[in-house]
Amino acid sequence: MLKYIKLFVALFAVIPVLLLTGCETNMVVFEPQGPVARSIMELINWSLMWMLLVVVVVFAMFGFIVWKYRERKENMNYEPPEEHGNTLFEIIWTAIPILIVIALIIPTVKTLYALEEVPEGYENEEPLTVHVTAADWKWIFSYPEQGIETVNYVNIPEDRPVNFKLTSAGTMQSFWVPALAGQKYAMAKMETQLILVAENPGSYVGKNSNFNGRGYTGMEFEVLAQTQQDFNQWIADVKNTAPVLTEEKYEEMLKPTHLGRLTFKNTHLAWVNHADEDAQTYTNPELYRYNGYQGKTFEEEDNYMNENSETESGDHHHEENHDDHGNHGGDDHGQH
Amino acid sequence: MGNIKWDEFFITGDPLILGAQVSIALTMLGVLFGLTYLKKWKWIWREWITTVDHKRIGIMYIIAAILMFFRGGIDGLLMKAQTSRPEMGLLSSQHYNEIFTTHGVIMILFMAMPFLIGLMNVVIPLQIGARDVAFPQLNALSFWLFFSGAMLFNISFVIGGSPDAGWTSYFPLAGKEFSPSIANNYYAIALQIAGIGTLMTGINFIVTILKMRTKGMTLMRMPMFTWTALVTSGIIVAAFPIFTVALALMKFDRLFGTHFFTVSSGGSDMLWANLFWLWGHPEVYIVALPAFGIFSEVIATFSRKQLFGYKSMVYATVGIALLSMVVWVHHFYTMGSGPGVNSFFSLTTMLIAVPTGIKIFNWLFTMRKGRIKLSSAMLWALAFIPTFTIGGVTGVMLAMGAADFQYHNTLFLVAHFHYVLIPGVVFAVFAGLYYWWPKMFGHMLNERLGKWHFWLFNIGFNVTFMPMFFLGLNGAVRRSYTYSAESGFAPLFLLSAIGSVILAAGFAVFCYNIYWSIRYADRNISSDPWDARTLEWATASPVQHYNFAKLPEVKSFDAFWQMKKNNEGLTLKDSEIEEIHMPSNSGQPFMMCVIFGVVGFFLVFEWFIPAAIASVGIIVGLIYRSFDYNDGYHIPVEEISKTESTWRNEKGEVHKHVG
Ligand code: HEM
Ligand SMILES: [Cu+2]
Ligand SMILES: [Cu+2]
Repeated sequence: MLKYIKLFVALFAVIPVLLLTGCETNMVVFEPQGPVARSIMELINWSLMWMLLVVVVVFAMFGFIVWKYRERKENMNYEPPEEHGNTLFEIIWTAIPILIVIALIIPTVKTLYALEEVPEGYENEEPLTVHVTAADWKWIFSYPEQGIETVNYVNIPEDRPVNFKLTSAGTMQSFWVPALAGQKYAMAKMETQLILVAENPGSYVGKNSNFNGRGYTGMEFEVLAQTQQDFNQWIADVKNTAPVLTEEKYEEMLKPTHLGRLTFKNTHLAWVNHADEDAQTYTNPELYRYNGYQGKTFEEEDNYMNENSETESGDHHHEENHDDHGNHGGDDHGQH
Repeated sequence: MGNIKWDEFFITGDPLILGAQVSIALTMLGVLFGLTYLKKWKWIWREWITTVDHKRIGIMYIIAAILMFFRGGIDGLLMKAQTSRPEMGLLSSQHYNEIFTTHGVIMILFMAMPFLIGLMNVVIPLQIGARDVAFPQLNALSFWLFFSGAMLFNISFVIGGSPDAGWTSYFPLAGKEFSPSIANNYYAIALQIAGIGTLMTGINFIVTILKMRTKGMTLMRMPMFTWTALVTSGIIVAAFPIFTVALALMKFDRLFGTHFFTVSSGGSDMLWANLFWLWGHPEVYIVALPAFGIFSEVIATFSRKQLFGYKSMVYATVGIALLSMVVWVHHFYTMGSGPGVNSFFSLTTMLIAVPTGIKIFNWLFTMRKGRIKLSSAMLWALAFIPTFTIGGVTGVMLAMGAADFQYHNTLFLVAHFHYVLIPGVVFAVFAGLYYWWPKMFGHMLNERLGKWHFWLFNIGFNVTFMPMFFLGLNGAVRRSYTYSAESGFAPLFLLSAIGSVILAAGFAVFCYNIYWSIRYADRNISSDPWDARTLEWATASPVQHYNFAKLPEVKSFDAFWQMKKNNEGLTLKDSEIEEIHMPSNSGQPFMMCVIFGVVGFFLVFEWFIPAAIASVGIIVGLIYRSFDYNDGYHIPVEEISKTESTWRNEKGEVHKHVG
């Protein structure tokens, strides 16, 4: 039995050590590249300290009590006393957690409010506004001031606040750049906002963290922070060389596919902003028929196809998509 | 129905699924053949399918839960295998999506809940000194509706297609706009049917615990498990109707084209998220609280000490229940509700740590000055404390709204809730099984195998889920079927996959332990093998169907312990025996199970006319039941006397029978 207990204690002793070393390894959340992500990391570190304290206290008490009062040959005659409780102890272990909660909630609230504002020290910089439209399964970035649009990558100037206005053309996504900031949901017909600053030029991974169907994995984008000069140069280049985004091309783009990088010298905001409550709906259920038994779908009045085409609706999907029914579960991203 | 698309009806083309189909067919044939060969049809109908005995219903819940654990566990292992290496090709993305969806739903609704409800069924009436629950036939109906829902959900992966929008089934993804296959109808309809059963269980247990307590069993003398069952039933009654409504709206959207949660025509995806979590968070406590109750019983018994701070435990339980209703927004801090709302919900969520902490310290102090016997049941309770502490502190970290912007939807979260659900529920049901097994079956589970089960499962569990915290902090998102080699995630994913194999080995030992113990364990054990404290041990093992020949009288907390100490109420005289009135068996709940299953199946496939016709059966069943005047039967005195003298006069038995 002794052997068991030793193993037991050893096993659980490893855990806080693992937790501790967590702060020193190269995890992206602990290597922030801007003030927003840094303020979250500081909050996390503050909480880790307290939580470690809790873990150490509970584990120590646990180890001590189990060790000391375990049944042994010598104490088989020992009959434990009847104890109902102890008011003093109970007050102590109610009060201490309350104090810890207070210690944690104050910085939490402060950070929550701060995250909605331009970070401290950057108030005087004019923020760059970028509209983000998430679609299955790509990220579309529109720069209204510069009048350009990119897909699956976004270039931003360093040391300047960027105000991402998030929306979705369909499913719900979560816009996350762990090195620079936390995440926010992007939802259709509404707008959320995420502000961040990149302190250094560099390339950072951004991704969707909210599951949104078959092509969810790999719905990533690159955030490239550049010097203001490089950024201006890039804008100028795009204006000169990039193609024009047409409405047809845009509708094609919204279909459920994985795309590479694209760049355009105008933005789709000219004809639709999916954040508007009464924007047209760009859904197309027929393109999602790839698993199992197919149910019926419904015509929607506010669908974009109602106006500009008479052939798109109806029942012809079935012939069209029949062939890919057989590969239920087949990983055929982008075949549509 | 004229145009059934047979080519889409059965899921084909995947060797894994084909294998599953074949094995399901073979198992079913095997069971049918076995029953026929052993001439057990009558027996299974009379003794099990039509039973209204709370103990047998409890055992059926537990068997179903173990089977569902198996199914959900295979899902878990498949996911771990798929992510063990970068760019693995074992599962496609669609298949992975289906698997984590069914894993989550099955583990929570068809494993954790029935497991605990099963133990509640077996134990609660005994603990309060009652002969059955308040509404025995309703109890059977609860079970059969749960079973109907569970089976309907499980056939989805061979017929029609598995739900694939996550256990949270977020809209608009789960709506027809993005999921036109009928697969997600299974989610809405199967959970609806099972949910009705759960709601009735909640009502049944509230009434049972409030009305059926034996003489002297005041509320503040009730065992902790009974208290937690009462509070859990309260949460069920408060929270399940929300889910019922949400699922109904989901069905309207999917089957009839309404716009509650759609993108088009003014639906709101956030409405679903709110309704879902208004139920979903309390749901976590529906399973956690009874588990806390089990640990309280086990820790007190094996420390040979009364539960420390009983009163504060009761208040803490009620406090957790109340708080659990006002924290749901912590599941979507990132939805942009603003810092004010997020601050409020950060605070309420963190406050749950206070009553939970009270519980942890009370358990520790129950053991202090005790004599801790490291039986298998107790080992699970012990391991629970440190592992659940990790689940708890990471929960507080997630509760901090601003920090959650980095943890949300990552494997950090997945690790956290497994650290809560596995110690908090799975360890508890294991502890409960080792502890109450002799009560249910009259023999113990093997302690040596129990230790193997414990160590393998525990080590496996920690190795599987500890790495996920770090993966999450390094940016690994949840529900992703693969990752690139450059991401740097590979080593920890591999470690985690190795852990899951150890975990599975532990579960296998558990199954073997059941088999071994049924075959070989010693049947000659006393009715109170653990020297326990509460009333379920104040009668035979296995318990005779009327539970108590004479209802025990309670004079204090830990009633049975005091009875043994004062040598009171342990002896039964012939003169004290009276006829006992018991409810009759009924086949109706099972019939309802079949009818609900058929209606549900038609609805899943959107065949409305057959569904309408079949649902007439439900109405007929209700009418039939209203005119059912069978009010049970009486057990004659001689039969009771005979049963009682048999078990009471065995050697080493603390109970006595005198003629
Ligand atoms: C037995 C061992 C288990 C293993 C190996 C396991 C493994 C996993 C894995 C790999 C995931 C998906 C991670 C991802 O997002 O990609 C997952 C999700 C989940 N698990 Fe488990 N799990 C186990 C037990 C349990 C238990 C006992 C419960 C509940 C009582 C549970 C509840 C869940 C839930 C609710 C999800 C989320 C599903 C979703 O994302 O929709 N799991 N599990
Ligand atoms: Cu929204
Ligand atoms: Cu919650």
